[in-house]
Amino acid sequence: MNPPAGTGLRTDNAPTELPPVPPAATRQRGRRARPKLGRLGTIAIFLAPALVLFLLLVIVPILVAAYTSLFKWNGFNLPENFVGLDNFTRAVDDPVFLGDLRRGLILIALSVLVQLPVSLALAMLLNQPIRGRAIYRLVFFAPYVLSEVTTAVLFTLVFSPNRGLSTTVFGWFGAGELGGSLFADPSTVLYALFFVISWKYFGFYMILYLAGRQGIPRELTEAATTDGASTWQVFRHVTLPLLGPTIRISVFLSVIGTIQLFDMVWVLTGGGPIRSSETLAVTMFQYGFRRFEVGYASAISIIMFLLSLVFALLYQRFVLRRDIEGALTTRGVQR
Amino acid sequence: MTAHLSRRSLLGLAGASAGAFLLAGCGNDESADPDGPQTINWWHIQNTEPMLPVWAAMAKEYETAHTNVKVAIQPLENEAFKTKLTTATQAGSPPDLFQSWGGGVLKQQIEAGLVKDITDDVKPWIGSLLPVSVEPYTVDGKIYGVPFDVGMVGFWYNKELFTRAGITAPPATWGELLTTVSKIKNAGITPIALAGKEKWPAHFYWSYLVMRIGGLDALKKAGTDHNFDTPDFIAAGARLKELVALSPFQKDFLAAEYGSPDGQAATMGNGGAAMELMGQWAPAVQASSSTSKKGLGDTLGFFPFPSVDGGKGTSTEVFGGGNGFAVGKDAPPATLDFLKTLLEVANQRKSATTGAVLPTVKDAADAIADANNKVVASTLASATGFQLYLDQAYPPAVGQQVNDSIAELVAGSKTPEQIVKDITTVAKSQ
Repeated sequence: MNPPAGTGLRTDNAPTELPPVPPAATRQRGRRARPKLGRLGTIAIFLAPALVLFLLLVIVPILVAAYTSLFKWNGFNLPENFVGLDNFTRAVDDPVFLGDLRRGLILIALSVLVQLPVSLALAMLLNQPIRGRAIYRLVFFAPYVLSEVTTAVLFTLVFSPNRGLSTTVFGWFGAGELGGSLFADPSTVLYALFFVISWKYFGFYMILYLAGRQGIPRELTEAATTDGASTWQVFRHVTLPLLGPTIRISVFLSVIGTIQLFDMVWVLTGGGPIRSSETLAVTMFQYGFRRFEVGYASAISIIMFLLSLVFALLYQRFVLRRDIEGALTTRGVQR
Repeated sequence: MTAHLSRRSLLGLAGASAGAFLLAGCGNDESADPDGPQTINWWHIQNTEPMLPVWAAMAKEYETAHTNVKVAIQPLENEAFKTKLTTATQAGSPPDLFQSWGGGVLKQQIEAGLVKDITDDVKPWIGSLLPVSVEPYTVDGKIYGVPFDVGMVGFWYNKELFTRAGITAPPATWGELLTTVSKIKNAGITPIALAGKEKWPAHFYWSYLVMRIGGLDALKKAGTDHNFDTPDFIAAGARLKELVALSPFQKDFLAAEYGSPDGQAATMGNGGAAMELMGQWAPAVQASSSTSKKGLGDTLGFFPFPSVDGGKGTSTEVFGGGNGFAVGKDAPPATLDFLKTLLEVANQRKSATTGAVLPTVKDAADAIADANNKVVASTLASATGFQLYLDQAYPPAVGQQVNDSIAELVAGSKTPEQIVKDITTVAKSQ
């Protein structure tokens, strides 16, 4: 639903083969003939800064979090009270943590079943030659440019209990009472939250699908039409299958984003009322920085990490396999 | 974007602990000579007008009088301070003089050996302060911090709306409060403003009810034996349910914040509700968040939390808290002298005239300008007992659980019996 930044995965199905190797290849061969040691040195020099940063800011914290998750620790001094996997068994029994998982699944289901199809429909619509197409694309994409915090503050005002825009808008339909209540009622807050998330991210997926759609050669749809296929048939049997890689990636981004959902919830609802919109990351923050149960918070963060990792690996292995194979073989061709 | 920032917070946890390992080695070598050159690192949270320049001027004055001392001030925003202090204390290097609310967090810092025992140093002059104000900073009979500001929670009410509902005198007992609420509601006015999104305002009700029903000892005892599952605590929840059953709060209060333009303080300041249970800062926040920017002015009144019939507590026992300073373990010797200077009568008067501080030094009370604040100060001065906010008095995990549980009680998702069990479970696990 909300894509992580900088995922280096392919999002289109543009041709993967590189253009014919230019004459520069001879020079390249010359460079390869240099002494091996010097080349390794160059690699080391160029690689070191990124590698050191990556180790220090990604790998080391993960390891430290994994280590502290085995302790009952309030964050002061060094962790001493080793409790083994107690923090993890505690999580499994914790109604808040289990609630987070349930809410996460609801959000994932909603985004895959509602948000993505709507984005796809919009993308198809904006692929048609309609007047003001560029403006629509711009307007729909605009919310994605806002930061999550800005979006959340904006919607706090919109859904403000008494004077919010939502009260006015709902009032047009004779339901003004409802406007401010969406975020105040534990039974509706999650869906209200989903609405805001969708508002922010549908434009992103729309652009993604639009790009994917434009990568589909015109000849294919034209041929299908010539053969007498209806618009729906063209979409169902030509466009949709060819959009497959884009759709698979968007589902992937959406799921990973939902597992890590934090900023929007924190600012918009703080996880409330009575935890009915709390997510894994919010729970982790609550325990780590509000209750000073750093050990337990670390355990939750490790679980989040493992959930994302396992999902990512399985998804890449079983769902993205075909899409990724192309990318990998390309590198082989390059050599 | 989600992933970006949430990963940052995820790693922040780990980063903080990694920082602890890395920085643990860097000590603070200050000379022990009281006349030698030294620097006091001072972190306070009065990062805006009116107190920001007042502190700066006092530090400057001190530097002029003591040429060997430099005061390095670091004004921080409240939440930023908490995060920064957490990192510094986890690294084992607290600042020399820093904001403290006393209570459970201070206790954790003491247990970690980060805060100095200053009992002997302050003995000569601590008597000039209101005794109740020092209590949150006293752990096992030893003093670990000095308050410069103290206040209490009570009912702030709109006199005009009370009159319109036909109420002549503010309620003195819980029963009267319930009748008052019904009367106001019948007059078509919202009786109480409450910020349900932030949990601490609701915890005032339950805490005060426990104090009135079980007395201060009930709360003190629960702090040591970690058992909240007693008839007194359950009764407090039941009484609170009586109030909640009247639906006294403004519409959609569960999503209301405290200080936002549509929040609890604004609702009061704009005359949208008849009363709120809030600390001494209420008039100031009502004014700043109201549409007129002036608040209620003279129409605002104050009455203490009512007593409960048959309860062990009295209405002269107060619930509140304040701001103070704790001294870090590696603080240079001049720190204590500087702290003493900040708490001199003249300096406390200067702080009090800003209206942002209710002085802890008794002789400075005459500098309080606001009529309502004078009432608060005199109630405090004659208080027979004091209880610090529960979410600060108890260890953070217990305090947060209290807040979460009261929110559940008010929202109707848990019973008084269930919440005391939940709180006890967390308290016992600490």
